[in-house]
Amino acid sequence: MGDHLFEFLLRQGDNTLILSHRISEWCGHAPIIEEDIALANIALDLLGQTQMWLGLAVEVEGAGRSADDLAMLRDAWDFRNAILVERPNGNFGQTMMRQFLFDAYHVELLSKLVSSADERIAAIAAKSLKEVEYHVERSASTVIALGDGSEESHARMQAALDDQWTFAGEFFETDAGDHALRDAGISPLPSDLRAGFNARAMAVLGDATLVIPETTFAHSGGRSGKHHSEHLGHLLTQMQWLQRAYPGATW
Amino acid sequence: MVTTPDIDTVWQWLDQVPDPEIPVISLVDLGIVRDVAYQGDRLRITLSPTYSGCPATRVIEEDVRTAMRDHGIEQVIINQQISPPWTTDWMSDKGKAKLQNYGIAPPTAKGQPEACPICGAGAVSLVSQFGSTPCKAHWRCEECRESFDYFKCI
Repeated sequence: MGDHLFEFLLRQGDNTLILSHRISEWCGHAPIIEEDIALANIALDLLGQTQMWLGLAVEVEGAGRSADDLAMLRDAWDFRNAILVERPNGNFGQTMMRQFLFDAYHVELLSKLVSSADERIAAIAAKSLKEVEYHVERSASTVIALGDGSEESHARMQAALDDQWTFAGEFFETDAGDHALRDAGISPLPSDLRAGFNARAMAVLGDATLVIPETTFAHSGGRSGKHHSEHLGHLLTQMQWLQRAYPGATW
Repeated sequence: MVTTPDIDTVWQWLDQVPDPEIPVISLVDLGIVRDVAYQGDRLRITLSPTYSGCPATRVIEEDVRTAMRDHGIEQVIINQQISPPWTTDWMSDKGKAKLQNYGIAPPTAKGQPEACPICGAGAVSLVSQFGSTPCKAHWRCEECRESFDYFKCI
């Protein structure tokens, strides 16, 4: 159970860490200052959540590592984030579509985790959920505004959805460890989150006048760590640069 | 003989420690001080972070230690408690009034500012869901046309 729990916590912390890093890349580059500030603030929320998840992961692991060690000293194959969050930002519309797909999944997951049999997980989920409900409100309204916007913004958002939809499927991939954690009352089966996610996605994307691709294919390999995309390694060279160049450097 | 200050006195001291990002209100006004107690001969102060990634969290810990040291207390344990999660309901009425006077619309149950904190007009509109810190949103007054921060209700 310990291994499954550690894996579960890595998946949570790696999703929030890698997405936080990706959206922080917009800092100083977003189309307008309000969006710039919003993305930086969301990145901060996700980074704070990462500290809680990875902090619990190292406590469960009990090997003397710190949350910082996990973030800064692991290589790509040890990360357990879904591929969607490591993909490059693309244009602002692509970034906001990815954010909505992640937020819609995230809010579904956290709202189940608040009643986890593991009190530590329930506490982190309750803290995070308040922030993430706000994130999804924002990303959904932005997706609607751009999807149901000008001809060009609509076309860009449809292209973003077509590009990303099959990556969102990975959030619901379910393995033996997920079953063990579900049986212990610790976390829901990822596959059981799909219906709630779909309902929200259909409502929001419908309002955005966007069409969900007709496919059941889902990309895979991030949450198992078996094959990330080539983008994760490039991201890590940026994120981990300081600790790699100056091991043990402190603030 | 060493005298230890009573708990009420420590609360009063904490009420003098300003929030590093909104210095017009104290940590007690903000509602992040959850508990003050003695653990043996050491003082234990329990804090709740506002937002999980708030960059001020570490600064607040240091400010609390510094304030206690200024009052002669060296042995302080700072405990971060995330459950139950911090809510703006814990903000004091005194704190809300200070925010208002400072030009930041205080949190309200209906999730948006009651009025412009500068001119008092009721016609206000949202500019952005995020303002200058994670805890604030950016609003604008339709009367005086000034933009202002609104402390989000969570």
